[in-house]
Amino acid sequence: MSNVQFYNFNDFGEENPPEPQRSLENKQWQNIEEFTDDKDFASYMATNFPREAAVVKRAGMNRREFIKLMGASVALGGLTLTGCSPSRRQHEEIIPYVQAPEEVVLGMPLFFASTMVMGGYGTGVVIETHEGRPHRVEGNPNHPSSLGGSDVKLLASILELYNPARSTQVVNSGEPSTSEAFAEAMAGVVENLGDGSGLRILTEMVSSPSLVNQINELLEQYPEAQWYQYEPIARENVIAGSQLAFGENVNTIYRFNEANVIVALDANFLTGMPGSIAYAHDYAAGRKVREDNTEMNRVYAIESTPSNTGAVAEHLLTVRASEVEAFTLALADALGVDGGQAADNDAWTEYLEALVADLQANEGASVVVAGDEQTPVVHAMAHAINAALGNVGTTVNYTESVIANDAVASQQLAQFVSDLTSGSVNTAIVIGGNPVYNAPGETPVAAALSSIPFSVHFSLYYDETSQSTAWHVPATHYVEAWGDARAHDGTVSVIQPPIGALYDTAMSAHEVVAMLASDERSGYEVIRDYWQGEYSGSEDFEKAWRRSLHDGFVAETAFETSSPSLSGDLASAVSQQLLTANEGLELILRPHPHMYDGRFAFNSWLHELPHPLTKISWDNVAMVSEATAEELGVANGDIVTLSVGTRSTEAPIWITMDHPDNAVSLALGYGRGIGGDVEADRSFNAYELRTTANAWMAQGLSVERTGDTHRIALTQKNFETFGTEPVASGTLATFLDNPEFAQHESQGSSFLAGNWDYAEDSNQWGMSIDLTSCIGCNACVIGCQSENSIPTVGKTEVLQEREMHWLRIDRYIDEHSSQHTAFLPVPCMHCENAPCEQVCPVQATVHDHEGLNQMVYNRCVGTRYCSANCPYGVRRFNFKDYIDDTPILEEQRNPDVSVRPRGVMEKCSYCWQRINAARVASSTEDRPIRDGEVLTACQTACPTQAIVFGNINDANAVVTREKAQPHSYSLLDSELNTRPRTTYLARISNPNDALYVEKTSESKEG
Amino acid sequence: MATQDTLSGMNTAPQETHEGHKKFPMGSIIDVVTAPIFGSTPLWWWIAISISSTLLLIFLVMVGVLVTTGVGIWDINNPIVWGVGIINLVFWIGIGHAGTFISAFLLLMRQHWRSAFSRVAEAMTLFALATAGMFPILHVGRPWLVYWLFPYPNTLGLNPQWTSPLVWDAIAISTYGLVSFLFWYIDLIPDLAAVRDRAKNRLVKQIYAGASLGWRGESAHWERLHSVSYVLAALAAPLVISVHSIVGLDFAISNLPGWHHTIFPPYFVAGAVFAGFAMVIIVAVALRSLYDGMDELITLDHLEKAALFVLLTGSLVGYGYFAEIFGAWYAGHIGEVIVTVERTFGPYWPTYAGMVLFNVVIIQLFWFKSIRRSHTMLVLISLGVTVGMWLERFVIISVGLSYGHMVGMWEQFRPTAWDWVTIFSPFGLFFTLLLLFIRFFPALPGFEVQQINDEEGWG
Repeated sequence: MSNVQFYNFNDFGEENPPEPQRSLENKQWQNIEEFTDDKDFASYMATNFPREAAVVKRAGMNRREFIKLMGASVALGGLTLTGCSPSRRQHEEIIPYVQAPEEVVLGMPLFFASTMVMGGYGTGVVIETHEGRPHRVEGNPNHPSSLGGSDVKLLASILELYNPARSTQVVNSGEPSTSEAFAEAMAGVVENLGDGSGLRILTEMVSSPSLVNQINELLEQYPEAQWYQYEPIARENVIAGSQLAFGENVNTIYRFNEANVIVALDANFLTGMPGSIAYAHDYAAGRKVREDNTEMNRVYAIESTPSNTGAVAEHLLTVRASEVEAFTLALADALGVDGGQAADNDAWTEYLEALVADLQANEGASVVVAGDEQTPVVHAMAHAINAALGNVGTTVNYTESVIANDAVASQQLAQFVSDLTSGSVNTAIVIGGNPVYNAPGETPVAAALSSIPFSVHFSLYYDETSQSTAWHVPATHYVEAWGDARAHDGTVSVIQPPIGALYDTAMSAHEVVAMLASDERSGYEVIRDYWQGEYSGSEDFEKAWRRSLHDGFVAETAFETSSPSLSGDLASAVSQQLLTANEGLELILRPHPHMYDGRFAFNSWLHELPHPLTKISWDNVAMVSEATAEELGVANGDIVTLSVGTRSTEAPIWITMDHPDNAVSLALGYGRGIGGDVEADRSFNAYELRTTANAWMAQGLSVERTGDTHRIALTQKNFETFGTEPVASGTLATFLDNPEFAQHESQGSSFLAGNWDYAEDSNQWGMSIDLTSCIGCNACVIGCQSENSIPTVGKTEVLQEREMHWLRIDRYIDEHSSQHTAFLPVPCMHCENAPCEQVCPVQATVHDHEGLNQMVYNRCVGTRYCSANCPYGVRRFNFKDYIDDTPILEEQRNPDVSVRPRGVMEKCSYCWQRINAARVASSTEDRPIRDGEVLTACQTACPTQAIVFGNINDANAVVTREKAQPHSYSLLDSELNTRPRTTYLARISNPNDALYVEKTSESKEG
Repeated sequence: MATQDTLSGMNTAPQETHEGHKKFPMGSIIDVVTAPIFGSTPLWWWIAISISSTLLLIFLVMVGVLVTTGVGIWDINNPIVWGVGIINLVFWIGIGHAGTFISAFLLLMRQHWRSAFSRVAEAMTLFALATAGMFPILHVGRPWLVYWLFPYPNTLGLNPQWTSPLVWDAIAISTYGLVSFLFWYIDLIPDLAAVRDRAKNRLVKQIYAGASLGWRGESAHWERLHSVSYVLAALAAPLVISVHSIVGLDFAISNLPGWHHTIFPPYFVAGAVFAGFAMVIIVAVALRSLYDGMDELITLDHLEKAALFVLLTGSLVGYGYFAEIFGAWYAGHIGEVIVTVERTFGPYWPTYAGMVLFNVVIIQLFWFKSIRRSHTMLVLISLGVTVGMWLERFVIISVGLSYGHMVGMWEQFRPTAWDWVTIFSPFGLFFTLLLLFIRFFPALPGFEVQQINDEEGWG
């Protein structure tokens, strides 16, 4: 399963690895520039470059911007070998690709390990580059926060690099400026810093040891300066809960693979916490039910806003966010933990009893997780419960904090703002983040920033904060600049850029701090020097450094586990912080699973990706339960005004399954006011309602209809199955009773078609998807999108059901489980007896010698009969010209995959280009393709390893063993005799007998 | 007008013959038939052609937008990948069916009354086919490559994929089109010659002379004409069955619930003849009312026979609806049950209800002789049938595709503005061609009617 053999050791064959070279200022383009200086640009373009002229016209670009963009794309083409920035021009000569740099083989991708940082936590990634262009990011199998899996944000982060909305130039007071002008201005500021009393630095959450060191050195240089950190999603309650329980801030790490019973207290540990990718991996490892392994964990989810964790949990208890605390106290009470408090809610009694019995039976092998958004009390009590159950040291481990600065983020921001308005501060350096958009409502960041003489914002986009600062300087994307970070367990992870900055103006955080400290070193040198200073190992530093770059992290740098002791007066401390019971309507705020805090507002992949549970694409909605909607007299799509106190915002209502009554959930991350060419016509900003006190929930919400309605684009409209049973599902008891419960009688071969004569030793590709492991996180969908250059179509087209995702995840109501969500990932089935092949009039979709159902784009005339006859609905048609020919976006596309024009059908190819690459590699070495050598994009993306692909002719292949499992089944095969090559392992759940009585055929009616 | 002088105003009035037939004087029928060509253009024609050519223009704009933007201008999607393009194809081919049925089947069965409709019905066939033929081309994603559906010699050595019903369709429809054209044109020759003989203007005379291919009315010509007609009729008769059977197979061959029925081929043929006769009635009533003297050639008896055909084929269609429901129950497949229930009671229920109302219920009025002989009722019911048959194709195609095997993929069709344009604008093409035809060509087979008249009387 490991794809280690793909990594190219980043051996530069030089004493020092060169810093990735900067973009090229090519002579050719200079000539055009010279040429166009005395000619009319537009007419010149129209006659000589009609296609580009159209782009220029559409984008409303002027000549200078166009040249810049073209320069960037030309530079990308030959990046690893060509020139440098204008300021440091060393090479007069353009090196042709015939003299390729070492390592680069045309057509062969190179892989570089690096790290993506969110909320300060680093996740190891592997960046795939083609001829110097990064084209894809996926999880690093050796990194503790990834274990090979990915999530949607990580996978989609590569699109940020090429995003046409990215800021490319320095802006001063709203006017375009230059790096030189900024450097001059900064030099002036630095000269007058004095003791630094006028200097304030605001960053996002930082775990980077080198950056922390750099800033600390700067603070030594300017002792009166201050450094603050702020992000809207900053685990403030986690820290407060830890302080409450232990009197210190500790970092909690869970080991779900060691737990038999998992209790999630409004904790979306599968997709919504630092370390989630690894947690999802561990969770799935505990439920890989096979013929020879019938051990399986069980999840209890006590949940407010529906999440993936609640969706796959065996026992879901929906409560309002404010009730989770009472439930936690009741649980603690039932377990005899100090500070517990019995609940007077009869609805919980049965659930609690069963849960307590289960926990007590699994002491030391259970885990109680509190959600990042839950109150400090829930966190503190979860720590106490884990301690009481003996889980500490087994399933729960504590380490020192990963984030450098423990102080509460919103307080730091408030301090920053009050410093700025105090009058003594004249310089504000904002590195990353977008506080003007995402600060708590009572903190006037914009006014504070514009009130001082020198402020600068470094960011990927020219955003709300950039508009409020005197200067805006583009920031580098993480694949463009050196850096480092700590993983959720503290492991030091290296950010290694395989490409230089696309825009010469862009700066990394390290470079900014170096500039402030009048440090002449480059970002690379800063980091390398720091780690050389820290290095204490016995071997040569150079060797260790290279190994770390190769691995993407520094081995064995995870924090030591500690055993903090619970404070003695926890019970009384807790009792002072309890929420007061409130019967009114409650507002629940949560990060959006795709937009996160709003930083991905320009990312069309994430916008179009349907919400994992509601299947809404492109929109933010106010989720309510059916009963509450009825009570409020609202229907789906009604725009309502949500008000808490004096604050209010608007949002469309969406009735959501498993949502608690008497509450409304709204996601952060939408409603960006500016530059949203990617965003839908109208979007809804939850930050309008957010204050420090009401960061995640608020009482006293009032909801009023505005009379307007909003059309919501859905990718799936029915969750009910109407008796069709697309998902075979059963309990563990069912499986033990009859392991073959999911299998249907096959109809055998048909005399009409599907009797293919394959060579005996040929590769026969097949896929198996384990529905028990699938958590519906959508990672495979984005993984597929980035690998196969799948276009986004926009909200209007999604409203017409024309999304292009080759792989979709259906959500169905499961009738054979204790809770009702079942996820069904549906790629192409590659049927042996393929209905599509039989009806295509022009042989555009055909069977190949390895059993693949191939789509020949060039032959397709677009009758769409194949799609009409595909019972799985996996085919996607280019109803319009969906190719975005913005030059910079073209750079992201996979050079090994054809771009599909208008009028052509497309579908999952089992990542044929990857099969071909393996075929080439194996034939040059004169050996068969090894098992695990071909990994599909969905497979590598999947955090739970639910997807397995390989040669089913190889009896030892993992996929063959999976397909031989007794609970393997084929979708619709028994009805249509399609004989799919994609098969599923039936979904098995493990309900507690005390809470779930299996529906037998007699009791089913009742 | 000329017609007044030729028939009723003739010095020899038609004489009653046996069995109630009338007998018109020699040559007088040809005169009536050719008269409109030489007469001044009536006002109603100008009004009609301006409406229909405006629609035609809208149609052309739609085609332009479609070809430059893509089929995405229609509300087709995944999974409802077929929409008005295919609905219109089936609808217009259906309209055409009555023509061939009348000219071929009834000719072979020596049904003389067919001559009242045959010319205009054949023209309708041709124009309906021309309209229908646009849609498979416009429907595909890359219309400029649609010739790949035909087996033509190419350097890739590629044939079409023979198991696809669309290839059968391409061949069946193009064969049908060719045979229909030949049939129509061969039949037209003696009448074109008659026009030529009556033309005064030299240029007009030359045009019709060219079109009549040197017809001189020799007995050898007549003999050849008759044998060719019968041979073509024998060729065309099975085509009536095969073309729409194959269109039915487009659906029956697939595995989609609601499409996968063996009843489809015969039920499609019956539906096509049904829709075609309804359209023939509409046009025939129009001709009767608009051209003086025509009412004596296209008589109420003729219309009544057509109405009976509508009743017969409509009942067959009704049986088809029943057979579909029975099939869904008998197959016992959950998907079939779902689509049967959903199309009847689901969000699309008005289309299904409308289809049953127009195609099965209302036509039962044709059991009454007075209704069969009332212009108003004939036209109203026939218009209903036309609407009903369009709805039938909609129910089969769009509703069928809405309820596929994967429940999660279910979607609903919501027509866009372009969908509406595509539904109505093809009538512009059809009626423009038809109006030009009745203005410049003899709308009745004058020689045939004359021959029958001379032999046994007419009416």
